[in-house]
Formats: sequence, structure tokens, C-alpha cells
Amino acid sequence: MNREKRNRLIVIWVGVAAVYLAVLICELTLRPTAMLLTVLKKGAIYSLVAVSMNLLNGFTGLFSLGQAGFMLIGAYTYAILTMPSEVKTSQSVYKYYECFITFDTGVFAGLLAAGLIAALFAFLIGWPVLRLKSDYLAIATLGFAEIIRAICQWDVLGPVTNGANLLRSYIDLTRVIIPFTDIPFPPTLFVFIVSGVCILLIVLLINSSYGRAFKAIRDDETAAEAMGINLFRHKELSFVISSFFAGVSGALLAMFQYTVQAQQFKTMMTYEILLIVVIGGIGSISGSCIASFLYITLSEWWLRGLDMGTFLGINAPGIFRSGFRKLVFSLIIMVIVLFFSRGIMGDKELSLTRMRLAFRRASSRLRKEAHS
Amino acid sequence: MAGFFHDNLSYFLSGISVGGQYALIAIGYTMVYGILRLINFAHGDVFMCAGLVMVYFSSSFPFTISIPLVIIATVLLGFFIERVAYRPLRSAPRMSVMISAIGVSYLLQNAALYFTGGLAKVYPSIPFLSDTVVIWDATTKMVTLVTPFLTIALVIVLTLLIKHTKTGMAMRAVSRDFETSQLMGIKINSVISMTFVIGSLLAAVASLLYFTNYASVTPTSGSMPGLKAFVAAVFGGIGSIPGAVIGGFIIGICENIIRGGSSIFNIPGTGWTTFSDAFTFAFLIVILVVKPTGLFGEKAVDKV
Repeated sequence: MNREKRNRLIVIWVGVAAVYLAVLICELTLRPTAMLLTVLKKGAIYSLVAVSMNLLNGFTGLFSLGQAGFMLIGAYTYAILTMPSEVKTSQSVYKYYECFITFDTGVFAGLLAAGLIAALFAFLIGWPVLRLKSDYLAIATLGFAEIIRAICQWDVLGPVTNGANLLRSYIDLTRVIIPFTDIPFPPTLFVFIVSGVCILLIVLLINSSYGRAFKAIRDDETAAEAMGINLFRHKELSFVISSFFAGVSGALLAMFQYTVQAQQFKTMMTYEILLIVVIGGIGSISGSCIASFLYITLSEWWLRGLDMGTFLGINAPGIFRSGFRKLVFSLIIMVIVLFFSRGIMGDKELSLTRMRLAFRRASSRLRKEAHS
Repeated sequence: MAGFFHDNLSYFLSGISVGGQYALIAIGYTMVYGILRLINFAHGDVFMCAGLVMVYFSSSFPFTISIPLVIIATVLLGFFIERVAYRPLRSAPRMSVMISAIGVSYLLQNAALYFTGGLAKVYPSIPFLSDTVVIWDATTKMVTLVTPFLTIALVIVLTLLIKHTKTGMAMRAVSRDFETSQLMGIKINSVISMTFVIGSLLAAVASLLYFTNYASVTPTSGSMPGLKAFVAAVFGGIGSIPGAVIGGFIIGICENIIRGGSSIFNIPGTGWTTFSDAFTFAFLIVILVVKPTGLFGEKAVDKV
């Protein structure tokens, strides 16, 4: 049994290492503007936020819709902290306000702070909100995200958030350097490493005794409480940790985009992330990752033709015009929600054994059909 | 005091008018929640679709035809949404139905985005409703005056319907106990369809009033009023129709008082409009924490 477990771990690590190696090779061989690299970066960022949402919705059973708000906090914290102080004072970004925060930090401090500030807000808001039941919790967290968005655009906070204007000139992905050297960090690899480490931490948490407590709460609150699990403390823990990683992913998104504006983090964004989680399977980490990459690849790359007039060689500018891609997408999502509510992975994880079993079953079925 | 009211009358008037429109939308939320225990996230988008349909219909029909057509189209939309997206999930966990509702909301917004090309559509000015009137030196549209009366009239009709007809009795029974009423021979599905029909009808009326005031429709213009109407429903006690109406008016009035903050509280600043949106949600969180059952809601008892 133990050897089997060790073998499985080795297989997983080899797989992960192969993915990272492939990313590095792509990075070094392709043009930096290649579509593949953009998709990989955005996919990795969305994987992190989808996994963080899955931790709440899929593993703790808390239906929270505040993800965009926490991403916004993360993105703003990161952008404000890492913007060089000479930019802050030079009026090139803060045109109408005197910038309040005059120091600047490095990338890693910025990322960490992004997560911590998001977690702090989650801690404060979780205190009243987490006592609510399912749909009330959903609407309260949704409202919280809207409050954050409104407050970030509030002109009284202009000296910190630059009001409703966008933030830029902070350390974005192209300006990250490998620590203690001058070599620029390969951007895609950087995103993959940060997201990967964060997802690994979430996986370790889920497999720990805390994770088992979360699942117990999800399956039956009353029974979990009777078993001696402190409901509130565990919910708060899950909420805070999930928000921490949402904050980090918001910071990564800010790095990826070069500019960040509160306007972008609407309820729609939370809905998109939730739908990614549903497509991947509620309660499956690997499902969320696969679904994120699939979603981003389809929407940014493969289905782009639906918006541009030509798709699969069919030229119909009357139908394939702006917005058609999203319409097709939402129809696909509705089909998944209604007929395949388990998503790609259900609540299972990607594993070689299961793939082998599925393959064997499929081949034996084929053989049977060939006989008859 | 009279001078103060005189100066800020336009804010109070638009507060009452927007409040009435929120109340009409909120009824749709509260009725659906009362029966299905589902936050119908798509309701705000149904409201937006009614606005868009009006834009398209009014360009080819006169108002006497296009207004009834809009109401019929919206009712059909609400009916089909329930049929297609919620009915198949009747026995599924509550979370799946809520996800389905979010999916429908996403679908409607994207469909609207596709058909409008992302441009704001100019809402037609309906004769009589968009006439300007001057009350005590405050210029406003006729719709501002019509809304509160129309809202209250519709609510009285609805209350009579629920109190004194067989369908209404069935609705009350289903919202009290889903399973038992099914055992008593109530056709659950037709009751639920009826709820969606009434909700969509009121949303269509609300959209006629609301967009006459705002003059343009965009694919996302339904989400904010939708969420605010939901807050109103929660505030009034979800499941209670009078509660939703009172909640709608209170939210509308408070919001407009805050919007006019620079002249009402005499504190200058341009952030009051954004702040009024934040207020609604802050208010929601406070209500949920202090009195989750709202003004008139019944306390739900968890049975193990």
C-alpha cells in the first residue's frame, strides 16, 4: 500500500515537472506575444482563483460569490504597493490626487500583501456573514464584492486607489527578475510557479485534518457539529484562506494585464469563475484547473472566429459577429449545468489508475461490440 | 423645513418613483423565493430583456400594440426560463438550481450583448409617461407620479388574487410546505409557472416605468436594479409581498437621498452616486446580520 502511494506521488511529481518543463520550452522558443503563452498565463491565473473558489463552494459547502471582490482587493494592493515611488509622486498615474502611500515594495512582498489584505477583509466580513445560510451567504458576499468595487472608486479614497482611474506602471509580468540576478523571469513560468505553489498549498490543506473537517461540514453541518467540529471557526478559516488565494490571483491578473481598474471586477467575473468551477466539477481541484485552461483557450483563442466572421472555414459575418462567442459559450454552459451537472471530473481527481480503468472499460466495450 | 423639501424635492420624487419600480421587481424575487427557495438571479435580466424588447417592438408597432406585446413576451420568457432551466432540477440540490439561475443570467446578458452589439439602445419615449411635469418647481417626468400609484394598485390586485382565488390559495400552501401541498393534490408545476408568470409580468411593467426614466438600455442595466430589488425583498422579509413593496420604497428613497448627499447633507463631493450603490449592499449585510427574517418574514425552523 505504502509503495503504491509512493509510486503515485512519483508519477504526480514527474507529471508536474513535465508540465513545467514544457512551459519553459514554449516560453524560450515561442515569440513572447504568442497566443499559446497568453492562454497559458491567463489559464494559470484562472486556475488559481477557480481552485480557491472550489475550496469554499466545493469542499466547505459555502456558496460564496465574493471572489471578484477579493481579486479586486488583491489586484489593487499589489498595484499600489509595487508601483515605484517616483511614479507615484510624478503625477503620471495619480493625476488628480496626491498619492498617500509613498513607499514601494518588491514583487514577492506585493503578492504576499495582496493575499494578506484580501484575507484580512475576508476575516472581517466573514465574522458577520458566515453565520448565514446558503443563499443568504451568496447574496451577502455578492453585495460585499459590490461594496468593495464602489469603495475603490470613491473619490475620497483617491489618494490611495486613484479613484475611478486606472492604475498602471507597477511591476508587471515582463518586469519580474529572478531574485539576486538581473535576468528577467520568464513570465509564463512565473505565473505557473506562483499559481502552482498556491494550488499545492490548497491541496495540502484539503488533504489535512482541516480539509476533512471542511468536507464534513459540507456533507452535514449538524453531524459535523455533533462530532466536535467548531463550525464557525472552520468556515472562517476556509473563507479566509480562499480569499487569500483569490487576492494572490487578483494580483497575478493585474501583473498580466499591465493596467488595473475597479470597473472590471464585476459580478459577471464571479459568475464566470463559478461557471468554470461547475464545468470542472464542484469538489475537484484538477477539474477546476482543466476547466480553467479549457475555458480560457476556447474563449481567447479557438472560438475567437465566432466573433470575427469566420469560423471553421464558414464565413458568415452576419451571424459570427461580436458577442456570438460568448452567446455560444453561455449555451454550452447551460447544457453542462442542466445535463452534465457533475462537470468534467465530478468530485474525483485526475488519476492514472482511473484513466487506465476507463480506458480498459471502453476498450472491452468496443471489443464486445465487435464480437456481436 | 419647507425650503429644504422644496430644494431637494427632485431627489425625494425620484426616490419614490425608483422605489416603486424596485418594489415591482422585488415581488418577483420574493414570490419565487417563497415557493422554490431559490434566488432567481435571472430576474433582473428578464427585466432588462423587457426593456430591450420594447426598444425593438416600438420601432415597428405603435405603443398601443407594442406595450401589450412586451408584457406578453416577458411573461413567455419568464415561463420558458422556469420550464427549461429550473424544472429539470426540481429534485437537485439547491446549489445546482442557484447555479442554473446564474447560468441563465449569464446567458441572457450575453444574448443581449450579441443582439444589441454592445451598444446602449435608446428607449422610446412613451406618450403621457415621458411628458414632463413641474411640481413645486421641480421638473420631473409623468412616470414619477404614475409609478407609486400604479405599484400600489398592482399590489392590491395581486394581494386580492393571492387571498381570494384558488390559485392564490395553492400558492400560499406551496410556499408553506412544498411536499405536503403536493400530497394534497395541488399541481405544483402549474403553481410555480404561475408564480413566474406574475413575477415576469410585474418586471415588464417595472421595466416600462424604469427605462422611461433612464432613457437607455444596455445588456447590464438589469443587474443593478435586480440586485437592489432583491435587497428590498430581503429587507421586507423574503416571501412576503407587502414586505417587498415597503422594502422597495425604503431602498429607493434612501438611495436617492444618499445620491443627493451633496445638497441634502450639505457635504460636497462627487462620490455620492457610487456610494449609494455601496449603501444598498451594506444595508443588506446589516439586515442579514441583525434580522435575517426581515420586517415581515417568518422564521424558518431547521429540522434535523
